[in-house]
Amino acid sequence: MSDLVIPGNVPYFISVALLLIGLYAMVARRNLIKKIMGLNILSTSVFLFLIAVADKRGGAPPITVPGVDLYVNPLPHTLVLTGIVVALALTSFALVLVIKIYQEHGTLDADRLMKL
Amino acid sequence: MENAPILVVMAPFIGAYLIPLLGLWWERYCYWVAAAATGLSVLFSLTLVGSVLAQGTIYYTVGGWEPPWGIELVVDPLSAFMCLVVSLVSLLAGAYSRSYIKKELPEGKATSYYTMMLLLTGGLLGVSVTGDLFNLFVMTEIFSVAAYALVPMMGRKGSFLASYRYLILASIGTSLLLLGTGYLYMVTGTLNMADLAARLPVAYAYHPWVVLAALAFFLVAFGVKSALFPLHAWLPDVYTVAPAPVAVLSTLVTKVGAYSLIRVLFSVFGMPLITGAIPVAPALSWMAAAAILAGSVVALQQSDIMRMLAYSSVAHIGYVMLGIGLAVQLGLTGGILHILSHALAKGCLFLCAGAVMYRAGIRRIDDFRGLGYRMPLTMAAFTLAAASIAGIPPTVGFMSKFYLALGAMETGSWVLVAVIVAGSLLTALVYLRVILLMYFGAREGPQLKEEPPLGMLVPIVTLALACAVLGIFVRVPLSLVGPGVRVLLGM
Repeated sequence: MSDLVIPGNVPYFISVALLLIGLYAMVARRNLIKKIMGLNILSTSVFLFLIAVADKRGGAPPITVPGVDLYVNPLPHTLVLTGIVVALALTSFALVLVIKIYQEHGTLDADRLMKL
Repeated sequence: MENAPILVVMAPFIGAYLIPLLGLWWERYCYWVAAAATGLSVLFSLTLVGSVLAQGTIYYTVGGWEPPWGIELVVDPLSAFMCLVVSLVSLLAGAYSRSYIKKELPEGKATSYYTMMLLLTGGLLGVSVTGDLFNLFVMTEIFSVAAYALVPMMGRKGSFLASYRYLILASIGTSLLLLGTGYLYMVTGTLNMADLAARLPVAYAYHPWVVLAALAFFLVAFGVKSALFPLHAWLPDVYTVAPAPVAVLSTLVTKVGAYSLIRVLFSVFGMPLITGAIPVAPALSWMAAAAILAGSVVALQQSDIMRMLAYSSVAHIGYVMLGIGLAVQLGLTGGILHILSHALAKGCLFLCAGAVMYRAGIRRIDDFRGLGYRMPLTMAAFTLAAASIAGIPPTVGFMSKFYLALGAMETGSWVLVAVIVAGSLLTALVYLRVILLMYFGAREGPQLKEEPPLGMLVPIVTLALACAVLGIFVRVPLSLVGPGVRVLLGM
């Protein structure tokens, strides 16, 4: 276990912690907007994981410069970029839904909404 | 038509970009753009089927970037089969929408309705043809967002809440899909499915836990998408509040979820891993068996027709998953054939239920009394589709369940054979209740003939006839499913 705790692994631990916080917020919080926040924390944890995968110790940004031959991996960055766009679309649509739900039912409490 | 693999996806997407522009001035032409775009997809799917049967699997590189760096589209017989099923059923659902949304949708929604519908279709087709794991995620998100937006279109009571629950559950699934993709990328350094398949056995030897975790993430992701019991919680509410053609498209969404699972299990992880090192296939069979029994029993207790059809869908996704879980040639053939038979039959049933709501305003099953005389053609189609779903010969539903049962016998699990038969009997009970009321319930009030308009009747009758005709000529779908299964199992 102790060999897991090295400085390079810290982002992974943070990513797992964020993943669990996000899931907890989506499942256990009663407020619909807090569930959306949970969704954002969850996707951020995935992005952090992907960026951590891409990183190399001492790697330069992936733009070719003469004399540099150690670059970080650019491919996960493009995945994260796409993922951010998707998360934005999801969040904005979910917030619209929340407005509509509030107009229809007058509450954002998940427990009360389930009883309707 | 060497560009057919990308054109089949782009036709609906380009249509989806044209419609919002067109809708600013001429809303009434939006339907024709949508119909043309889906029709083009059907044509390209047919081209794909032709070339796959003639020359085997097609590989297509997008934008000239060679795989494994660029995105590769891979059309094997199974992909071509999915393209054809998705585009044909979407075309029929789109044709049905024209009269339906005039009455059922609020004013001024037609433009966004057709846009979302095309995005949904394009996303489903994109998943069917892709050979890249990340592209699979992007396409999944595209069709999911379109599906969330289509569900509350009618503005029925509780529809926004149903869409919200669907969004929250499904986006946990898609987030895990991205995470699983990241895990596999970490241990293999590639996103191309064929490349992954070659490297995963080695990666599994070095990092078994990472590969296991990725597989678990994929199972949850596609389990939510395909509404596999017990991850089906979003489905009943969504089907109840959605417009009828959208419910049809949602059955396609669950089918494509099952297809993605097949792709990931067989084309990425590969048979030796999923049956030997990680026994996920048997676990999937038992979950599927639970889905079949639970879905059918709950469907029996419903009083709302859409809810009953929804729970019946949960049961029938179980059949598809059972075919995947058996992981033998006959069983997998049955499971994939069931994708077709359930898409046709459940599509027809949803459209019939939509037509009944459209004409008679009925959705309680008890009110179906005597409807067989008020809407004879629609109800005849309903009966035919119900026969297919219950697995009565010679319909295509019988053939798929027959293959599933043969596959279960081949693996020697007699409990699963019993579940398949019991599930069929329960399904027959579910639909018999409605059919008996329709034809033998006491008639009340004036008996006018009230068939839906022709634009709605034609898709209904086409789907119902397809259930029967494809059952008799089952060789036609099997000529595509058979080679597809052989490719998957590496035979």
